Amino acid sequence: MSENKPKQENLPRIGFYVCHCGSNISSMVDVAAVQKYAAGLPGVVVSRDYKYMCSDPGQEMIAKDIKEHKLERLVVSACSPNLHEETFRKAAARGGLNPFYFQMVNIREHVAWVHTDKKAATEKAMQLVSAAIARVAFHQALDKKRVPVDPNVMVVGGGIAGIHAALTLANAGKKVTLVEREATIGGHMALFDKTFPTLDCAACILTPKMSAVKAHPNITLWTYSEVEKVEGYVGNYKVTVKRKPRYVKEDLCVGCMECIDACVFKEAKFADKFNQGLGKRKPVYIDFPQATPKVVLIDKDTCLHFKTGKCKQSCATACDRKAFDFNQKEETKELQVGAIVLATGFKAFDPARSPQYGYGRYPGVYTALEIERLVNASGPTSGEITLRDGKHPKAVGIIHCVGSRDAKTNKWCSRVCCMYSLKLAHLIKEHSGAEVYNFYIDMRAPGKAYEEFYDKLLGEGVHFIRGRVDEVTDWAMTPDEEGKLVLRVEDTLAGFVRRIPVDMVVLSTGLEPQADAQEVRRRFNIGCGTEGFFQERHPKLAPVNTFTDGIYIAGACQAPRDIPDTVAQAGAAAAEALALIDAGFVELEPNTSHVIEDECCGCKSCVPLCPYSAITFDEVKKKAVINEVLCKGCGVCAAACPSGSIVQNLFDDDEIFSEIRGILK
Amino acid sequence: MKYLYFPGCSLKGTGRAYEESFLAVFKALGLEVRELEDWNCCGATAYMSVDETKSYALAGRNLAIAEREDLDVIAPCSACYLVLNKTQHGLKDNPELRRKVVNALKSAGLDYKGKVRVRHPLDVLINDVGVEKLAKFIKNPLKGLKIAPYYGCQVVRPYSTFDDQYNPVTMDKLIEAVGAECVSWPLKTRCCGGSLTGTLPEVGLKLAYILVKEAKKRGAAAVVTLCPLCQFNLDGYQDQIARKFERVDIPTLYFTQILGLAMGLPESELGIKRGIISAQAALAGR
Repeated sequence: MSENKPKQENLPRIGFYVCHCGSNISSMVDVAAVQKYAAGLPGVVVSRDYKYMCSDPGQEMIAKDIKEHKLERLVVSACSPNLHEETFRKAAARGGLNPFYFQMVNIREHVAWVHTDKKAATEKAMQLVSAAIARVAFHQALDKKRVPVDPNVMVVGGGIAGIHAALTLANAGKKVTLVEREATIGGHMALFDKTFPTLDCAACILTPKMSAVKAHPNITLWTYSEVEKVEGYVGNYKVTVKRKPRYVKEDLCVGCMECIDACVFKEAKFADKFNQGLGKRKPVYIDFPQATPKVVLIDKDTCLHFKTGKCKQSCATACDRKAFDFNQKEETKELQVGAIVLATGFKAFDPARSPQYGYGRYPGVYTALEIERLVNASGPTSGEITLRDGKHPKAVGIIHCVGSRDAKTNKWCSRVCCMYSLKLAHLIKEHSGAEVYNFYIDMRAPGKAYEEFYDKLLGEGVHFIRGRVDEVTDWAMTPDEEGKLVLRVEDTLAGFVRRIPVDMVVLSTGLEPQADAQEVRRRFNIGCGTEGFFQERHPKLAPVNTFTDGIYIAGACQAPRDIPDTVAQAGAAAAEALALIDAGFVELEPNTSHVIEDECCGCKSCVPLCPYSAITFDEVKKKAVINEVLCKGCGVCAAACPSGSIVQNLFDDDEIFSEIRGILK
Repeated sequence: MKYLYFPGCSLKGTGRAYEESFLAVFKALGLEVRELEDWNCCGATAYMSVDETKSYALAGRNLAIAEREDLDVIAPCSACYLVLNKTQHGLKDNPELRRKVVNALKSAGLDYKGKVRVRHPLDVLINDVGVEKLAKFIKNPLKGLKIAPYYGCQVVRPYSTFDDQYNPVTMDKLIEAVGAECVSWPLKTRCCGGSLTGTLPEVGLKLAYILVKEAKKRGAAAVVTLCPLCQFNLDGYQDQIARKFERVDIPTLYFTQILGLAMGLPESELGIKRGIISAQAALAGR
């Protein structure tokens, strides 16, 4: 590589700047020594230190020096490029220098903050500076590419997050396609009776928004549909959606439900999924009266026509709009969108994984979602708290943290369970007059008017026992426990073990990632945290962005959260999508790879390695072709290319080898 | 299929009925079982609390002997099963301890690599043989016999190697396979009294009493267990329980005994008569 080494007299004129960052850097690195050291390096014509390089005067100093000293390259030694690379590129541009004639050295996070020996830290800073100065000589002028952004948006998931994001975008004049895999939008919120802490009716606040989605001229609603494939890149995604057959034409059905009355099954006899299996439905059904779209559908697994082929199809006969079509097939649709909002929600913890609580073994044990349906006026018992054996409970125990804060199942706090347990305690007491016991580890009520709600419940005579329930058992130790479910718990405030007999047990199950969250994240090329929720770009400063540009996340697919936070996040995701779309174009980083066509031997080794599917193979020329719009600059292809014919901007051989030489000096 | 067999002290003493029925059943099923050569105390009970390193070395010696052959080692006693498993875990997780134990074993000409699998005979019957194959050997289904399946603590806790810690079901499957009926009861893994029946009888006896009383109350004609100490506590203390609380009189059998009966093996080979509370009435009354 020595032949590529710039000769001393041909070296470009380099300006070097080192930042004190207040005392963040200067307390551990001898900044003056670094400044002096850099001044002596080949090519360096200006070397300065300054208290805050990122400040306006610091930037101004750089721009001024570029002009006065005719600087041709720039090196700034300060914090992480994640923070201020863009700042100094702009300063370079203001001075009239191509922004990519610049290299940043991170001596804060990589040196000052991680070392305790000032002398050694200063030496390390000098080595890093030497490397940057050696490589910057080889930098070339680069331009950012501009790509136009498609103004249409897809929102995936029709719970409250997806509904709110879709409406916000549509109200801003964007064309939105809302894709939902169930037959109706509404999500988990549609299951709830009341919402905490205000106890306002969930349906009363949700269903107007559902109707607004259906009626909005800018929203196309595709329920009973799933995204199958996502191709393209920020601003230009091509999405393939599968629309499952309902066997009822959506444009003809008006939801009169006469077909349901007419079904050959006179009695509803199949488990009703919407009511958590507590109610029954017929093979032709609608989830609930306000389902959106208000269109019936047929369950193929229970419908006599599909099972036997011998059904008189009285449902179809009853339909005067001729909406039934038993030959309907799955449809595949394609969409072009610039941005995608993922609002795919959560899955409730399956209490079979905590068998000590007897769910599935004792009929008196319920999940919180089942209770939501039982207390709901439109639920299977019209809001009457009735046990599976038809009796009414005199005492009810609510166990918090089932599948949350538990090393054996899920370690995280699901954040909403304390509050919804309080709400259910209130509703159960109101609907049945039963004694209600809450078993909690810690009461977590950190929201507006949440603690006040807890206080209200304390005043209502609901019992609170601090301790994690050990087991639910039907083993009676005393006559008054006979025929009851007994909750055994260590009361950590009273300091002894208690046995509380009840008739009904409610398991406040936690929130988990959807069962197919991993598949979905791969389909959309985004990340997941260790617990399986979608990974945000930054936990504090970019909570609705992902590492894939143009794809945003909102609601409980990112982490457990309640309705107010979900709606706020959905609005934020919509705003981020609008910011992208209204800019009209995206600028792409120029650190992409390209193929030197004459040197490519057509071996195709690079094609399958590209994680972004940016490399194709030109079968006519027998050469690899890199789409620089799709390329994210990871460098895998350049490293793997056996003939060395792939070159990555900012990481070519000269730049990397001179950097290594600089560090080893 | 071939297995090594680690008896431990119980199966040669109080749990002889367990050894007899275990060996008879395995032989009849065509499973080859060979007693581990020159085995020693598993290291359970007092040793673990007196000197942990020595108890690991003691258990490690058994494992090292077993490792000479490429076979799983069956430990029917729950305490042996737990200690051998605990030793495997302890030596894997603690390199310093492992170094000490391996050195000690080396001085005796033994090598420990941690590759042997410790198995429970119930695990072998359900997961290696399988319920479907077992069904083919059932000649005399125990129709009408109501059984309380009792697992005790050590086989499922803290390591849930082949069944759930709170609601184990493997033995329930076996009981159904022999044509008997499981009563539903929530005390499957509740404490039998352990060694407290000897050291603190006022506590231990009550714990044993709770189990036999509840089994009978729920309509069981017998308790079936997989642990010699559980069997000993539930069967052997019923006179004392009668004096202190009330007479319950329910027999406690090993799962290998009821399997043997259902397979048509003679009672004398299964140690049925070794029980202090006679099982005759329960077995005849169905």
